[in-house]
Amino acid sequence: MSSETTNIHAEEAGHGEHETMTKKRIWKVFYILLGITCIEFFIALYLVPHYNTSGNASHWANPIYIVLTLFKAFYIVGYFMHLKFEKLDMALAIIVPVLFIIGLILVLTNESHYWIDLRL
Amino acid sequence: MDEVKSTPWSGGRSPFNVEYGKLMMWFFLLSDAFTFSSLLISYGALRFSAPTWPAPSLVFQSFPGLIEHGAPLVFVGLMTFILIMSSVTMVLAVEAGHRNAKKEVVTWMLFTILGGLMFLSCQALEWNHLHGEGFWWGHIPTAEVLKEFFQARNNVLPSYAQQAMTSHQFANLFFTITGFHGFHVFSGVIINIIITVNVLLGTYQKRGSYLMVEKVGLYWHFVDLVWVFVFTFFYLV
Repeated sequence: MSSETTNIHAEEAGHGEHETMTKKRIWKVFYILLGITCIEFFIALYLVPHYNTSGNASHWANPIYIVLTLFKAFYIVGYFMHLKFEKLDMALAIIVPVLFIIGLILVLTNESHYWIDLRL
Repeated sequence: MDEVKSTPWSGGRSPFNVEYGKLMMWFFLLSDAFTFSSLLISYGALRFSAPTWPAPSLVFQSFPGLIEHGAPLVFVGLMTFILIMSSVTMVLAVEAGHRNAKKEVVTWMLFTILGGLMFLSCQALEWNHLHGEGFWWGHIPTAEVLKEFFQARNNVLPSYAQQAMTSHQFANLFFTITGFHGFHVFSGVIINIIITVNVLLGTYQKRGSYLMVEKVGLYWHFVDLVWVFVFTFFYLV
């Protein structure tokens, strides 16, 4: 196993300009994650209570939360988990299967609409 | 024609340029991602089809031990900060590993373990608080307590039957999903401790690479990633 790993590292060294996480970049990603979380709190604690006159702030707030969450997921997976710096084939092997989850979301969203009708 | 092919996929080496164990960790995390999405999507479907739902800003408004009411999201905000912070110390450990700086790896790993333990303690307090109010698997608070957790629509509160039904769903889903996540944090802490002991014993120094630290790092970041989603769908939405 050790010879295998040294092989891989030797190969990486061969590529020369192998991008990786530096301390500076780590803290930059941390501040981005912290900033996004602060925006979420600002929406939840200030915007929603103050601009909820019609009683359905969730209609505009929820999509914003979901988009911000996906941004955070991108930074965690891409930078902290280093996937952005792996080979494209490797990144696709992980990301493409995850897209199937969208299918389950669509199916169950549709199904839950039907459950509402059943309950009425 | 008689040239020997040397493309990444022509065999003899990892086409992904990733060590075997690390690739398997990725595939395990992929399967774990499916498990968590099934749980979260089921939660979404049940909540979406419910006539009403306990309002997160009313259920989660205490800072256990300090503030009883009127501090929505403050405690969970602290928990989120702790977990993101421990993710940062984990990447710093991996970065130190790349430079073969054993002492630094140990320091950052210990900070990561500390962060994990702090998160688990916070979750224990949170569970204890909700349990004290009457929530548990299959249990909901009494009618007087329960109505505090619902927002009136057009000045009318949902009926008790509706409150009771959705609160049961909320309680079961909340404890199952945060419990499953907390179990991941717990196992992550145990694995981190094992790896730290190995770093101290010099196992990876002898091996010439701190790849094991990277592998547990992947697991730890995944736990953080899941929390990002749990946080959004249980506390914000």
